Amino acid sequence: MQILSFQDLIEQCKKNNKAVFEIAQIYEAELQETDVDNIRLKVNENLIAMKDAIKNGLKSTEKSISNWCGDDCAKLQKKFKQKGTLFGKIFEKITTYALATAEENLRMGIIVACPTAGSCGIVPSVIIAVAEEKHIPERKQIDALITAGMIGLIVSNKVQLAGAVAGCQAECGVASAMVAGALTQMLGGNVDEVVQAVSLAMKNILGLTCDPVCGLVEVPCIKRNAFLAIHAVTAAELALCGVESKIPADEIVDTLKITGQMMSPLLKETAKGGLSQTKTALKLEEQLLNK
Amino acid sequence: MEQKSLFSVISPIMAGPSSSHTAGAVRLGLMARNIYNKKFKKVKFILYNSFATTGFGHGTDKGLLAGFLGYQVDDARIKSIFNIVKDIEYSYDYLQDISRHPNSVDIIIDDEMKISGNSVGAGEIEIVRINGFSTKIDGVYDTLILMYKDKPGVISTVTKIIQKQHVNIASLHCDRDSKGGTATMYLALDIPLDESAIQQVKQIKDVFFVTNIRKLK
Repeated sequence: MQILSFQDLIEQCKKNNKAVFEIAQIYEAELQETDVDNIRLKVNENLIAMKDAIKNGLKSTEKSISNWCGDDCAKLQKKFKQKGTLFGKIFEKITTYALATAEENLRMGIIVACPTAGSCGIVPSVIIAVAEEKHIPERKQIDALITAGMIGLIVSNKVQLAGAVAGCQAECGVASAMVAGALTQMLGGNVDEVVQAVSLAMKNILGLTCDPVCGLVEVPCIKRNAFLAIHAVTAAELALCGVESKIPADEIVDTLKITGQMMSPLLKETAKGGLSQTKTALKLEEQLLNK
Repeated sequence: MEQKSLFSVISPIMAGPSSSHTAGAVRLGLMARNIYNKKFKKVKFILYNSFATTGFGHGTDKGLLAGFLGYQVDDARIKSIFNIVKDIEYSYDYLQDISRHPNSVDIIIDDEMKISGNSVGAGEIEIVRINGFSTKIDGVYDTLILMYKDKPGVISTVTKIIQKQHVNIASLHCDRDSKGGTATMYLALDIPLDESAIQQVKQIKDVFFVTNIRKLK
């Protein structure tokens, strides 16, 4: 089975009357010359590791090696416990889980790169928070993670998922598109709605640069995980209402790639432009290098 | 176009914070360990370019050492490796050299072997030099490495031994310092080679170094 584009995916799903995750797990089983159960077992291992990362991240306030970050998740938990949020429990969980995972990553904890380490909080936070609050069984969480994987895979067929290649579009941006589709799947959306959610999410991250202070996966990466997790929920909700992107998903992927090519290398993980060259960033860098 | 795996986007399970600067570093260390493949007392890591400038904040130094000591990328002890290691001597140097890959390292073991490698993104790595000889080992295949006196017939003697085991050779790479001097051979194999075959290769006249590197997990 060959799936190189979202168009291929939609056709395969419709022709075989199957959901995205069903097509994806058959694709992967064929590729690895094994059966679907084996693939699901491996995906479940990753899901468990994601849950462990959240658990560990929620408990810790240990700072990163740079000493810049590591205690924001604790601030959220404290405030949410006392006063709640405007948006309710699911919002609280998604934002805390995204920060818990991203902070666990910077303190060298064990995480699952999804698609990258810098964007590791986005996919798990949405799948796991919604599953907990909506009592969605593990089986369907695995379906969702497989759906996320298929979406990321299709994008990576055209664009290498690395900040150095296409900026943060290709890292946190693609993570957000992956889980927008995965959430749509988990909430009962069909293949058209899944792909619409991907399109809606991806359109709104085009042009996102990778300009980390001192080249570390910290500023602005960690907090961006929480923002783009919530961003994915917006896309899924719109798609499930029947909102459609005027531009189809494959053309948005092409745009992401071209935008990445047009982006100055200064804004692609080199720490030579953007936020990394602000007065404050340079001061932080100097302090760090003199430590 | 080569078909990619779903797991290329929802993996690996790893110690953070960076797939290139942390997981890649661990894998480079692991490869160096597998290549040297014997007891050691002393190891030195020379980090280049981005590895040198941002490595400390990404735990690249810890990752390299942990990998060299046999830890896998998902081992939670990587972050505290400096507190764990007691019996070996280790040191680091930091250099800039634009002729090298942005994420590059030399690993010098017991002043006897120098292994150079790059972290090429998403945790993928390549070993590009061993003791000055060019190589291309990415840890995807089991790889048999030989050093021998450059002379006719060694390649066919080696490949015959492998053929008898019904093992397919995925790629073969040779290099030498001079005609009749020291030559190297790298054979990437589709399935692992039996210990008996490795012993046979070791018996070949004028072959003075053989190591079989298992692929990385």
